[in-house]
Amino acid sequence: MSGELVKLLSDLKEPEALVFVEKALGDGVDPMDLLGEAKEGMSIVGQRFASDEYFIPDLVFSGVIFKRIVQILEPHLKKAEEAERLGKVIIGTVAGDIHDIGKDLVVFMLDANGFEVFDLGIDVPVQKFVDTIKETGSTVVGLSGFLTLAFQSMKDTVDAINKTGLRDNVKIMIGGGQID
Amino acid sequence: MEKKWEEMSAEKKREARFQTWLSPKDHEGNDLRFQSSESEATYKASVIRFKDAVLMEKIPDRVPIFPIGTFMQTDVYGVTPYECMYDYGKLLSTNKRFLEDYKPDYYASPAFIGSGKILEILDFKQYKWPGHGVTKQSGYQCVEGEYMKAEDYPALIDDPSDFWLRTWMPRVFGALEPLTNLAPLPWLWEIVAVSGLSVPWGIPPVQNALKALMEAGNEAMAWHQQIEAFDMEVRGMGFPTVMGGAAKAPYDILADTLRGTRGIMTDLYRQPDMVLKAMERILPLQIKQGVGMATMGGNPMVFIPMHKGADGFMSDEQFRTYYWPQLKALILGLASEGCMPFLFCEGSFNTRLEYLKELPKASSFWIFDRTDMAKVKEMIGDTLCIGGNVPAGLILTGTPEQMKAYCKNLIDVAGKGGGYIMATGTGMDQGKSDTLHAMIDFTKEYGVYK
Repeated sequence: MSGELVKLLSDLKEPEALVFVEKALGDGVDPMDLLGEAKEGMSIVGQRFASDEYFIPDLVFSGVIFKRIVQILEPHLKKAEEAERLGKVIIGTVAGDIHDIGKDLVVFMLDANGFEVFDLGIDVPVQKFVDTIKETGSTVVGLSGFLTLAFQSMKDTVDAINKTGLRDNVKIMIGGGQID
Repeated sequence: MEKKWEEMSAEKKREARFQTWLSPKDHEGNDLRFQSSESEATYKASVIRFKDAVLMEKIPDRVPIFPIGTFMQTDVYGVTPYECMYDYGKLLSTNKRFLEDYKPDYYASPAFIGSGKILEILDFKQYKWPGHGVTKQSGYQCVEGEYMKAEDYPALIDDPSDFWLRTWMPRVFGALEPLTNLAPLPWLWEIVAVSGLSVPWGIPPVQNALKALMEAGNEAMAWHQQIEAFDMEVRGMGFPTVMGGAAKAPYDILADTLRGTRGIMTDLYRQPDMVLKAMERILPLQIKQGVGMATMGGNPMVFIPMHKGADGFMSDEQFRTYYWPQLKALILGLASEGCMPFLFCEGSFNTRLEYLKELPKASSFWIFDRTDMAKVKEMIGDTLCIGGNVPAGLILTGTPEQMKAYCKNLIDVAGKGGGYIMATGTGMDQGKSDTLHAMIDFTKEYGVYK
């Protein structure tokens, strides 16, 4: 692995990264290796975000580049080669709230870093979270919300998880604009 | 504000605008009749308090109090956002009741709530509103989208009004989709063009769009009449509003209104020059809007809600390239016309404070949400009035004691020596009676400058 794609993606060099991928495929490089490099690049983007070197636009744009790389690689990848996942995470924007930018970034970074993510989308009813925990056996649940009304929806969701006796099996994380 | 306006200094213009705010008119242009001499005295004292706080020439009698809410004022009485957007009478009577019960110094205009009926007539797609995409208990929420496409920059830059009319409006309002059939308005010149260019107005779908506009206009007249009557009534009761005009940072017009959050963030890498050129076109339009609305509203304040320049939403370099120069020009442009820009910093602005030091004294005032107020006071407290920082979470989940302690600290630290406004840092959709009362009553008592 040359590591060049890692650098191109983590430095957000879109045209160069895409040209590199096309060329590498033509040269017979294993698409799984390229995907691995792209993921490594995303991981560096995540680290730079954590250390305040990168900001939300950098995350969003890295996602755009990553998706385009995956689009190029996809026809060349065999399904069976999908790497083993680190764990399962359920995530969604709680009932009454339709904000998704923050949630989508978290979903994307979790996915790129090897987690299996069940993204329930926006305005997710309480029961849907409960059902998905039962269906998937996931041990992590992420509740996103931007509005103040999300406080109540988050509380309702946690209460419902409590009631079904699943609370001890899962860690719940919350996030969003008004969370402190 | 008649003759010689152009020749007046910015300071004189500002004073004239404050005088207009101090002496409100009724809808016929006569001096507003106050309910009593006490209500007149309360109104004037509140305006002067605000003026003293923002101009920073003297310490006000006490900290001004402005709990900024959208649906909060009605939520505390169990009236839903849906009812507010469809039953104007209920919206306004409940807002009035809030003022009577809570007695803040200023009122947040219920005009910001808008009419759900108008949105339905126009088939508005950029937001979901109570009962229309979100529950009747939820406030309105923006639907992220690229209402302007990546390739639309040349059209926007070439002629913003034309872009708005024939591209943006048809995308954002389903009922106005046929406006794409119109010809550019400047094609209309002299007799030879009149007949040909009248054709688009006859196309049946265009006529339907025009009918929708007329229907929306009729509804807007009914809505506005009631809002105006409310404004007159509550001003007569002694409550001024702090909303004159409104404008937005040019970057936020692109990021919120036109390209959407993801769109603009991609443009920063793929077509940064276009972003800059577009903002150059948008800036003078925003200054004109702010000044025009402030003049119409008889109030110097120009509300500027800010979103995509907050901490984390861009790097320092991006802020200094794409957000700050244009925002600063907007602030200075408004101030030169005697307006008082009201910067509403949602999220946090900790990493941006250094830039605010570039602004002349009393050229604007800044309401913060989650920014460190001690740091704010230290960095810009000598030149700019600051305010806000009462957290939404504290109002909704705190106790009155916690609220009092929080407000005490704000008054002690940020309110020291004047130049501070007690306010929520976000437009509240919901409220809680005990903490709200604590915020207002405690500040009235403890916030007195001796």
